[in-house]
Amino acid sequence: MSKSNLTRRGLLKTSAVAGAGIALPTIFTASSAAAYTNEPTGSSVTLGFNVPQTGPYADEGADELRAYELAVEHLNGGGDGGMMNTFSSKALDGSGIMGKKVEFVTGDTQTKSDAARASAKSMIEKDGAIMITGGSSSGVAIAVQGLCQEAGVIFMAGLTHSNDTTGKDKKANGFRHFFNAYMSGAALAPVLEKLYGSDRKAYHLTADYTWGWTQEESIVASTEALGWETVNTVKTPLAATDFSSYIAPVLNSGADVLVLNHYGGNMVNSLTNAVQFGLREKQVNGKNFEIVVPLYSRLMAKGAGENVKGIHGSTNWHWSLQDDASKAFVKSFGEKYGFPPSQAAHTVYCQTLLYADACQRAGTFNPCGVAEALEGFEFDGLGNGKTLYRAEDHQCFKDVLVVRGKENPTSEFDLLEVVEVTPAAQVTYEPDHPMFAGGNLGTCNPGA
Amino acid sequence: MDAIILQILNGLDKGSAYALIALGLTLIFGTLGVVNFAHGALFMIGAFCAVTLSKIFNLSYEVIDESQTDFLGNPLKVKTPYVESWFGPELGGAIIDWAVPLAILFSIPIMIAIGFIMERGLIKHFYKRPHADQILVTFGLAIVLQEIIKYFYGANPIPTPAPEALTGSFDFGAFLGFQANAVIYPYWRLVYFAFAAVIIGGVFAFLQFTTFGMVVRAGMADRETVGLLGINIDRRFTIMFGIAAAVAGLAGVMYAPINSPNYHMGMDFLVLSFVVVVVGGMGSLPGAVLAGFLLGILESFASMNEIKSIFPGIDQIIIYLVAIIILLTRPRGLMGRKGVMED
Repeated sequence: MSKSNLTRRGLLKTSAVAGAGIALPTIFTASSAAAYTNEPTGSSVTLGFNVPQTGPYADEGADELRAYELAVEHLNGGGDGGMMNTFSSKALDGSGIMGKKVEFVTGDTQTKSDAARASAKSMIEKDGAIMITGGSSSGVAIAVQGLCQEAGVIFMAGLTHSNDTTGKDKKANGFRHFFNAYMSGAALAPVLEKLYGSDRKAYHLTADYTWGWTQEESIVASTEALGWETVNTVKTPLAATDFSSYIAPVLNSGADVLVLNHYGGNMVNSLTNAVQFGLREKQVNGKNFEIVVPLYSRLMAKGAGENVKGIHGSTNWHWSLQDDASKAFVKSFGEKYGFPPSQAAHTVYCQTLLYADACQRAGTFNPCGVAEALEGFEFDGLGNGKTLYRAEDHQCFKDVLVVRGKENPTSEFDLLEVVEVTPAAQVTYEPDHPMFAGGNLGTCNPGA
Repeated sequence: MDAIILQILNGLDKGSAYALIALGLTLIFGTLGVVNFAHGALFMIGAFCAVTLSKIFNLSYEVIDESQTDFLGNPLKVKTPYVESWFGPELGGAIIDWAVPLAILFSIPIMIAIGFIMERGLIKHFYKRPHADQILVTFGLAIVLQEIIKYFYGANPIPTPAPEALTGSFDFGAFLGFQANAVIYPYWRLVYFAFAAVIIGGVFAFLQFTTFGMVVRAGMADRETVGLLGINIDRRFTIMFGIAAAVAGLAGVMYAPINSPNYHMGMDFLVLSFVVVVVGGMGSLPGAVLAGFLLGILESFASMNEIKSIFPGIDQIIIYLVAIIILLTRPRGLMGRKGVMED
């Protein structure tokens, strides 16, 4: 006699398993039904702000975060609107992006590539961030840009000055508003020639990582074109704190200019050490010894104190600019936080508005649509004059400021003065320039 | 030749800082048997004593000056330090200018108090625990102290200049009969070296010529016997911990004008100083000082371009390389005693 094992409970179990099995493909492929990674379906859209909240650049990161919060407030219709009022594109109307309220999550890069990638990954995968932006180191920017390319989200770089970010490491999903080392060289060289002449011997101290190398290469090329001789280029470890052993050999090297390709704490210490060693009072080859810091920031100038007075460098933007856009930004930032914004704050604020505007104009959050809207986009009214987001390498081309440490500051913020506004044409280069060669933008990746 | 003299000076200067920190580390290790990884943080707190005193002297009241405007176009608030309004601009200005040397006096009681609190509050509970536990707890403490400083002072370095009179540099070239300007060295770094020599001499004299020092040395050699003689050695060791903290703090105070202090500066020195202690010989005070200067000078020479062109990157590894060689040939370090950390 045959006996069936079929019971009511067994049948229910089997049906449930079978049902789940049939539903399985749709459960796991639900997200792939979306056209691109983290397509926003609700009434809000999430942006990921990836900034150094701990570690040596934490103050810079904190200023970036302030600017991001201000940008989100303005995008959602709060505050006085800041540079949205002066921005030449009028697509944004204070109702968020494409009618969706802008929300944000933050991550901590710790100024370490692996930590930055981990926090960006978490914001994309767990928090559903549609775009990642931020950072204050080129090493981090290049690492996170690569991750965003793979994940299929847009990366709007923060403070990154290495040529490689939009050179050999450029990516179709990555965009940089900040200027780069080549531009610093091109802007500084004519001013240096005017001030110090064309017969100079330069000695370079260079932070030993991607940004330092490309800045040294750029400044050497632009100063040698003036007729300057490069006496020596010495790499210093990023972790160095006392630069006395690197400064001492400069004294008798025959050099009459010291170029410090350092940033952040490195720059503060190397400049302080150089001034302590009396380099600025020294006479070499019948000329006054000079120090140049190609990339300046106000936060660094604050750290170096008195030592920055009279020292030249370049910067992406400065709060003392008198155009309507800069004034509007300084006003809304200053009233909210009580002090003027740094160049890091400015560039990330711009990047947020530019991204939001591109989505609005493209009518989609799809990274490929957004990238297309940004490529070749010409705009004005964000504090740097007429600017082009070049399609070939996703680099912004705009005026560059040459600044000098102010001799008689009137306040604790008044540390730098603008010596010259170098027009964009003078700092523009061909997309296949040797310093930027070797990379490939590739094609945009919408992910999903 | 002039380049060599410069690097010797640099080495002595770096060595001073290493020796001062290593001296404190060794004092604590020799007396209490604790490997104190929070010692670098004490150096950092010392530097921040100078920052704090400078900030206190610069406390200001604001007067609104209608004739000037701030960055937002509002009337400018002009700040005048209280010190200047109390003592007049001349004396007040001088007090602000000499904030770092004055911070020496300010920092001693603070550092001793921090040392006592650290020892009584936390470290004494770890005397009988393995060295690994001691390292973990003191390392954790160092991170906590760092984060506290960062919370109050921010992450950026804070410029803390030396007095105006000591900011220039001394021309050794003219002094030694070389070409003028060939060998110049900042005054403050020379002051730092002299200061370190005085402190190191003071600590040795204290241990060598006072009864207190004699008891401490006896305790370092044989703690149990000294205890059996009815001497409260624990209390003396606590005082030594305070003194070691003060030495680290003073090293930090005087270091503030050399490099603008930031919350992380202690860690940069700690690892090197620990290597210095090991090379000098665990528990040996003269060893720590000798190794401090030796490694400082070696590090400076290794940064010379001539050396680096032969051995690229040697400046980064020289200290560790020398440490390995010394430990292979003299496992107890340069002046290590038998029996220390060997049980």
